[in-house]
Amino acid sequence: MDFGSINPALLIASIMISATPILLAAIGEMVVEKAGVLNLGVEGMMITGAVVGFAVAVTLTSPGFGFVAAAFAGAALSLVFALLTQFLLSNQVATGLGLTLAGLGLSSLIGKPYEGMKSPPMPKLDIPVLSDLPIVGRMLFSHDAMVYVSLLLVVAVWAFLKYTRAGLILRAVGESHDSAHALGYKVIPIRIAAILFGGACAGMGGAYLSLVRVPQWTEGMTAGAGWIALAIVVFASWRAGRVAVGAYLFGGVTVLQLNLQAAGANVPVSLLSASPYIITILVLVIISARGVHGAPASLGRSFHATH
Amino acid sequence: MDTPLLSINGLTKAYPGVVANDSVSFDIGESEIHALLGENGAGKSTLVKMIYGLVQPDNGTMTMRGAGYTPSKPSEARQSGVAMVFQHFSLFDALDVAENVALGMETPPPMRDLARQIREVSETYGLPLDPSRTVGTLSAGERQRVEIIRCLLQDPKLLIMDEPTSVLTPQEVDILFETLRKLKAEGTSILYISHKLEEIRALCDHATILRLGKNVGTCTPSETTAREMAEMMVGSSFAAPQAQNKVLGNVLLSVKGLSQPAPGSFGTPLREIGFDLRAGEVLGIGGVAGNGQDELLAALSGERLSETGMVRLKGSDVSRMGPNARREAGLLSGPEERLGHAAAPDMSLIENGVLTASRRMGLLSNGFISWGKSRAFAEDVIERFDVRTPGPHVAARALSGGNLQKFVVGREIVQTPDVLVVNQPTWGVDAAAAAFIRQSLLDLAAQGSAVLVISQDLDELMEVSDRFGALNEGRLSSIRPVTELDIEQIGLMMGGAHDMEVAHVDG
Repeated sequence: MDFGSINPALLIASIMISATPILLAAIGEMVVEKAGVLNLGVEGMMITGAVVGFAVAVTLTSPGFGFVAAAFAGAALSLVFALLTQFLLSNQVATGLGLTLAGLGLSSLIGKPYEGMKSPPMPKLDIPVLSDLPIVGRMLFSHDAMVYVSLLLVVAVWAFLKYTRAGLILRAVGESHDSAHALGYKVIPIRIAAILFGGACAGMGGAYLSLVRVPQWTEGMTAGAGWIALAIVVFASWRAGRVAVGAYLFGGVTVLQLNLQAAGANVPVSLLSASPYIITILVLVIISARGVHGAPASLGRSFHATH
Repeated sequence: MDTPLLSINGLTKAYPGVVANDSVSFDIGESEIHALLGENGAGKSTLVKMIYGLVQPDNGTMTMRGAGYTPSKPSEARQSGVAMVFQHFSLFDALDVAENVALGMETPPPMRDLARQIREVSETYGLPLDPSRTVGTLSAGERQRVEIIRCLLQDPKLLIMDEPTSVLTPQEVDILFETLRKLKAEGTSILYISHKLEEIRALCDHATILRLGKNVGTCTPSETTAREMAEMMVGSSFAAPQAQNKVLGNVLLSVKGLSQPAPGSFGTPLREIGFDLRAGEVLGIGGVAGNGQDELLAALSGERLSETGMVRLKGSDVSRMGPNARREAGLLSGPEERLGHAAAPDMSLIENGVLTASRRMGLLSNGFISWGKSRAFAEDVIERFDVRTPGPHVAARALSGGNLQKFVVGREIVQTPDVLVVNQPTWGVDAAAAAFIRQSLLDLAAQGSAVLVISQDLDELMEVSDRFGALNEGRLSSIRPVTELDIEQIGLMMGGAHDMEVAHVDG
């Protein structure tokens, strides 16, 4: 066994890369759930974002356009979910599962011609001074823009929900759609906006996989990342900060166990492979064991105005 | 008379199959407390929703201080100075008081200023409230204060209150009335919706009475008797329940030291409850919602088992028996929640009858349901309790609240139980049907059954009960004959009279 082969600076850097797709998807889903909608289609929206982002980035040789296209693709798929659940009042759990299956199928259809190609490289940011710092510069400040976008998004979502009136209304809709309706807030448009935001975030998360992390297109490449994002939202008690902790923890353990495998650690490989899932859920359960869990009270319930 | 504050002219609103309001007209003057009276389904809610902009009228006009008033959504109504305190509170349990207030305002100030304003207004009007408390932890009375303060912060010209006292103790009602009188003195008009006639007589300047969507008359409540107003509401005279001369028999139900932990985070534990219930007796149990009523019913019906020796029926211990065994032994119960607890919403009345009456009424043969007998049983209940329904095959969900209530209470009474426990037997039921259900309970007791009525309606309890006790935080007060009680003592019993700890209320 050779732990010396693990370079801490590289390790931290690859943890950030590894956590970003899940963080993007999870923070989007958290907003959706805060509005009282349970969209289980995160996996489907991620993989659709991954393939569309990859296709557009390759065609235009621009990863930036790839991310934009992925956000639109994820949002478009979530719009289907929104129409079905908000207007036709279909069951959110079943519709979300259907969305995942549809997304997986659609993505392999779109992705066929792009298999084996390599994505155009995402430029690394070169932040003056910060990027030049020894070790820390390479560890934290030499990533592509999306890493920082995802972290800014966490802060923005936290501030939006905590300090803005629009955020308060969004939470109110998720807590009691009947009360919100009685006060004159438009429950369905607010929920649709949240669903679209969640779809766009999931799409970008998927594109990060195919454009930066891997970076190429293979069928089914999200490999359950969407489900992990969903679990992180729940175990993070619907709080932005904890979602970030959960995503980084999962990313961290994933990278660490890969390094341990490479270093030939004396642990069964299957146990190492399972460790990110087990440790993430364990830690988040311990964090949320005390106090209120804070599930939005109207989560997963269909709203139909009657008066 | 001067220009009225709000003048309503020929408002009409029809829904498919029903005209909720049929050219209703009346005026609300400046600084006036105006009562809107009517039974369930008389169209009060629809009318109020039109004034508050939640529903648009098909026909008719409203004018405010002479100018046209056509709110197309609640925020426009709020801008015109109309505020509303809802019957089913429009609050968010997981948010704090200040956030809840902000959600009901058009242009709320920053949170820090808002918290200060909430404190100021709550002190001015004698409604103490901490802006940082989470609403889910407040008592029903405090929750209502949140709604009232939310309205007051917007300086309303007209405050609409939809059945505000249904969840309050008598002391809390007094505080509320003080607040309303103070508001009136400051020039705010109030539209007060209720079917508690004594309250309206004590508080209101004028009353408009609705029946079947039409304005059937106005009166000055202080000069009209409660009975006259009730008859205007119902459209005919109805008989108040008559208690017969009581001959009490043996103790049928005996509860001793009944304690149970709270069933969930918003539930109430039962603490050392004890009472005896005799044949022919009606025991009324009052209390503000969420003080253990549901838990007591569950412990008596057998939904939650208690420890050996706590519940005895006709001398034998039934504490460890489930609901079916207790039913067979003669202890029947009717829970508060009609849809989902007392009745399965999507099952027919016949099936719902089978669910509680199968054993006692012999509706089973060799384990199979005899549908013929079941149908006859359901028809019997429908017939005897005047349940308005196209037939026994109709789903429980399709019945109106009052009719379903008559069915679920009637279903138990027809089985002639030895002991009947009911929670809120007339909740949301109109006056005539409520009087009928109360009379049925009295008749059942007169036949030698023992009846336990849990209710939040004190007038109802005073009407039917022989003895009265109150639940407070899961404790039962001492039980006393109603003839010895006045409203002051009842209030103290309901308040627990030992401390001011806030009760948990399930939103």
